[in-house]
Amino acid sequence: MLYREAGQFKTSYQADGQIFPILQDRLALLALLVIAAVIVPLAASPYALSAILIPFLIFSLAALGLNILTGYAGQLSLGTAAFMAVGAFASYNFILRIPGLPVLLAFVLGGLSAALVGIAFGLPSLRIRGFYLAAATLATQFFVVWCLTKIPYLTNYSSSGVITAQPIVILGYAFDTPDRKYLLVLAVVAVMALLAKNMVRSNVGRSWMAVRDMDVAAEVIGFRLMRTKLLAFAVSSFYCGVAGALYAYAYLGTVEPEAYNLDLSFRILFMIIIGGVGSILGSFLGAAFIVLLPVLLNVIAHSLALPTSVASNLELMVFGALIIFFLIVEPHGLARLWQIGKEKLRLWPFPH
Amino acid sequence: MNHFASVVVAITLAASGAAIAQPAEQYIALPSYRVGPYAAGGSGFYGGIIDYFNLVNLAGGVNGVKIAWEECETEYNPSRGVECYERLKTRNGGATLVEPLSTGVAYGILDRLAVDKIPMTMIGYGRSDAANGKVFPYVFPLITSYWNQAAAMIKYLGDKEGGIEKLKGKKIVHLYHDSAFGKEPLPVLEALAKQHGFELIKIPVTPPGSEQQSQWLQIRQARPDHVILWGWGSMNAVAIKTAQRNGFPREKILGVWWAGSEEDTVPTGDAAKGYSAMTFNTPGNYPVLDEIRKKLYDAGKGNLADANRVGSVYHMRGVSAAILWVEAMRTAQDKFGKGKRVSGEQMRWGLENLNVDEARQKAIGAFGMLPVVKTSCDDHEGSGAVKVQQWDGKKWNAVTPNWIVGDKALTRKLLEESSAAYAAEKKITPACAK
Repeated sequence: MLYREAGQFKTSYQADGQIFPILQDRLALLALLVIAAVIVPLAASPYALSAILIPFLIFSLAALGLNILTGYAGQLSLGTAAFMAVGAFASYNFILRIPGLPVLLAFVLGGLSAALVGIAFGLPSLRIRGFYLAAATLATQFFVVWCLTKIPYLTNYSSSGVITAQPIVILGYAFDTPDRKYLLVLAVVAVMALLAKNMVRSNVGRSWMAVRDMDVAAEVIGFRLMRTKLLAFAVSSFYCGVAGALYAYAYLGTVEPEAYNLDLSFRILFMIIIGGVGSILGSFLGAAFIVLLPVLLNVIAHSLALPTSVASNLELMVFGALIIFFLIVEPHGLARLWQIGKEKLRLWPFPH
Repeated sequence: MNHFASVVVAITLAASGAAIAQPAEQYIALPSYRVGPYAAGGSGFYGGIIDYFNLVNLAGGVNGVKIAWEECETEYNPSRGVECYERLKTRNGGATLVEPLSTGVAYGILDRLAVDKIPMTMIGYGRSDAANGKVFPYVFPLITSYWNQAAAMIKYLGDKEGGIEKLKGKKIVHLYHDSAFGKEPLPVLEALAKQHGFELIKIPVTPPGSEQQSQWLQIRQARPDHVILWGWGSMNAVAIKTAQRNGFPREKILGVWWAGSEEDTVPTGDAAKGYSAMTFNTPGNYPVLDEIRKKLYDAGKGNLADANRVGSVYHMRGVSAAILWVEAMRTAQDKFGKGKRVSGEQMRWGLENLNVDEARQKAIGAFGMLPVVKTSCDDHEGSGAVKVQQWDGKKWNAVTPNWIVGDKALTRKLLEESSAAYAAEKKITPACAK
């Protein structure tokens, strides 16, 4: 009913190749964007903006980066947080060392630095794959954090290795309030998500998926393995790097390298597993699940006036149980669940 | 009196009665952690705070103002911690104090404090240079900071050798948690090494530090005279056990105060016997603890699940923190009006003008439990004094009868430099807040 496609004809290649071929989807996305960009900043409280929505968007972007690498190109990685750290610390240094550098350009440069590191640590992927590659990317995690704590230049000789993000000023406009920061993050994430969606639909994305599904066959039919894999590492690290920079600048403000620890890498990996491996939407759903659900459970536990020690443990138990439940119900993640729901809606109310 | 007037009078009376019956509460935000790898420390610390609050509330509050608080689970995760801070800060008419007990969370909210006008205490952790109230008006590393602890450690080791000049040519290993926390004392230790001529060997341990075989092999090869164990969480017990396995005498290990609780030593069994660590409380029993046992735990109103943890290191630390806050509230009320809830800004003033001297400690029933704390705009720390405690296999005992203060001139110099750099980076003009 809701998804009735009758009367929607595609008469050109452009129409056939749209991201959202169904009118209802296009309208829904447009509505969502309008709500996110206009109504939310006006209506949401500073708490919702600065403590819920900003981290949700930033983690979505990081999950998107990992999803490109792991979900589309099939290269398992445990170094996501390290690439985020490179992005954050590189942006910090670019702004610090080059006076007058625009902040957005610094984020891009930070992302590019992360891409370079990603390429360097992606090289082993040419020889090893699967769990072995995961172990190799673990080295990124340790190496980058080690570098940041070891080389005082990178943290501007701060005694404890903590950096303080500079204020975000773009074209004389200061992004210093929660709603402004939220809009900046939203814009960056929306643009990058659109880019990612188009990338995975294009030749590049097809080459990644070919390598993911069977790299020998992909090589036989003419995809250059080295270029494809390293491109996946570079693009993925770029996304993670920008996410890391946003994490430092738009969210925390002051960060120590330890904020980008292995734990964060794991959390982002769980986001794509629960959200859906190989899906752009899955990155957002997974980030929502991992970032928002514990907060929601915590709020519920508090409103029930449970003793805090019980509430904290209960929150973890419910969260864990939900993860197991979702993975049993739908091993392909929340995005697949959404897709099934959509297909059902197309046929509803007359399934055949 | 006609009908209408009587209704108006009744409503007015009821409204004023309600206003008298419900005095404003002093609300404090507690982004705590009771699950995860650091749960032992968090539950003890926040348990101590809440026990003391309950005790104060039982006695009628601070000049009649009851204390209200709310906890929020951070899991020691900076991201969750920021969320908790944002959630708690606007509740109950606005938080007037916050204490996250986590360096990561503290750094995450540091910039927001001055905007929100909420003071934060960092009791025994965080940025040491925040003691400069001219640059960090809303941050209070109360009692003592990492830098003063590091200076006191070297002074104690010097005294143990028979004078600070005897440290010349000695080897001291700094075995540290490889994070901002572990690196915080390095400027002080390096400066003191240069000044007194001892060799400082820095050995990092990757967090969480559950594997330290190579580090202790390195220590055994270096044959140091002392090892400073700057650890946190599970790293401490592993260090003590690995030291035992490598035959390194525990008497030569001196832990940071986060490596000196029952939770660090009891799991290691006999291995910890003779191990000593820093503390900013004197282990022992105090009237205030007896009162907590009697009035709260005997009545089933204690915050800790295990009543035996009352008076343990983390619990006592929580009680000390709460004592200082309540004293700050009292100080602020003395200036801004007794029996009234003080605002975040007024609370900041109270924390900046604390004077918890021995007489005051006696009145509270905590004489000697913590050093004398006297703060000012220049000195948000207020003391800098610490003690050394040793584990006898069953409990901690103070081995230094007096409070130790290290080279404060040196830490002051470093503090000035570091906070000036921060002020320049953030474009803050250093000044005392009114």
